[in-house]
Amino acid sequence: MKKIINDPKQVVEESVAGFGSAHADIVRVELDPVHVVRADAPIAGKVGIVSGGGSGHEPLHAGYVGFGMLDAAVPGAVFTSPTPDPILAATKAVDGGAGVLHIVKNYTGDVLNFETAAELAGMDGITVRAVVTDDDVAVKDSLYTAGRRGVAGTVLVEKIAGAAAERGDSLDEVAAVAERVNANARSMGLALTACIVPHAGEPSFDIGEDEIEIGIGIHGEPGRERVGLEPADRLVDRLLEPVLEDLPFGDGDRVLLFVNGMGGTPQVELYIAYRRAAEVLAERGIEVSRSLVGNYITALEMQGMSITLLKLDDEMIELWDAPVQTAALRWGR
Amino acid sequence: MGLDINWAVDWVRRSAEVVAEHRVELIRLDRDIGDGDHGENLDRGFEAVVPKLDDLAAGSTPGDVLKLVAMTLISTVGGAAGPLYGTAYLKAAASAGTDASLDGSAVARMLEAARDGIVSRGKAESGDKTMIDAWTPAVDAATEAAAAGADASAVLAAAAEAAASGAEATEPLVARKGRASYLGERSVGHRDPGAQSSALLLQAAADAASESTGA
Repeated sequence: MKKIINDPKQVVEESVAGFGSAHADIVRVELDPVHVVRADAPIAGKVGIVSGGGSGHEPLHAGYVGFGMLDAAVPGAVFTSPTPDPILAATKAVDGGAGVLHIVKNYTGDVLNFETAAELAGMDGITVRAVVTDDDVAVKDSLYTAGRRGVAGTVLVEKIAGAAAERGDSLDEVAAVAERVNANARSMGLALTACIVPHAGEPSFDIGEDEIEIGIGIHGEPGRERVGLEPADRLVDRLLEPVLEDLPFGDGDRVLLFVNGMGGTPQVELYIAYRRAAEVLAERGIEVSRSLVGNYITALEMQGMSITLLKLDDEMIELWDAPVQTAALRWGR
Repeated sequence: MGLDINWAVDWVRRSAEVVAEHRVELIRLDRDIGDGDHGENLDRGFEAVVPKLDDLAAGSTPGDVLKLVAMTLISTVGGAAGPLYGTAYLKAAASAGTDASLDGSAVARMLEAARDGIVSRGKAESGDKTMIDAWTPAVDAATEAAAAGADASAVLAAAAEAAASGAEATEPLVARKGRASYLGERSVGHRDPGAQSSALLLQAAADAASESTGA
């Protein structure tokens, strides 16, 4: 294992400390328990938005704390949900009296820890609502699994809900728009390589030099199928097809096309993928109204990508375009 | 004879020992069908509880001990097991209340409250291949024993035995909750790590009771 770390046990704390000093104009960092809070929180009368989850997906979630997006992020150990106490501390830190929205990716541990924190916050008189993201079409949604995983669509939910909170929407309104974004977003990813969790020291799964896992999650969970090496266009088709079919997306729809890198894939490749995805959408009469390309929700150093489509309406477009000032997303301000 | 604060403290110490002893086994079970951190996380949690036992105020009750365990597990374990076990101990503490001593039926009610807490937090049902598959047989056996007039120690012994059988019986099941559910049929043939750790903790409770009552 080759990594730029000092001590596997200190990875999250040292990284979060560095993040705090690099972006002191935007956030403040608390280390006991670990959470990252918008510098000007709490903001009286504004709905607070808290997200969090295992570390290793940076810039998610701390990179999205700031004006127009999250009020706080709670990073757990690498690929491990945070416990309820830092979630509770973050919730209290951002409560401006209008209630707090938790944005939670659908993994059993995350959901249970956020629920427990919400219950504890309720005992302290803070109204909390939660929106659970589950945009990954690779997992069958049935009564017999824990449901679909929350992946790249989460970034879009955080941006759009954050803008709604920033303009003064109520907790119910912010939760409703977050749910609407999640309901209209679909994603699917692939991996060319595995990633190495620092404290594990070895790859999280085995994948051959000439193999690609289709339908991967953001922790290297198994996908739908394993295929041999193929050109970028064919790989994009493999991701896009199930995404398009699922909602479904069709002629006349306006979408946000989000091509996300898993951490180890360069932008030059992501844009090759974007080119093909845009081509396929055009053929189907789907209008790409907005786009996002880059490493926004990652799995450490994994090589791979995901494609997310969000079916847009006028309000979502307005909220997407609204000013945002975070470490990882910044425009209009 | 009822179970008092000494039993509760001894249960926690024995829990920490048994989890440390079975840490690798639990990690292995979890690696087969989950993410492999169950033994590590639970060991970290109970290791954190033990030193806090020294800070218990004089006159503390079994309920106080259970609450201490709950809060510590919630803040140290993480994953799914932290909130699930934390809720179980929190509900058990509420059921035990401020009583200095718990008789057979109080123990059965306490186990039932713990189980109901896990169900309400995790939304799992019997047969989903989760810790509920150890807890529900344990609660049924405890309730039956208490109704037949068994003392607290015998109630826990019945619960522990049923939990162990319940954990073993998860092996042929298809997981329907938690990370293992993504494996579907591939989860068959593996024992659920949460059911196994639940059986170990209930056995520790029974052992502490048989020691404390000299049964």
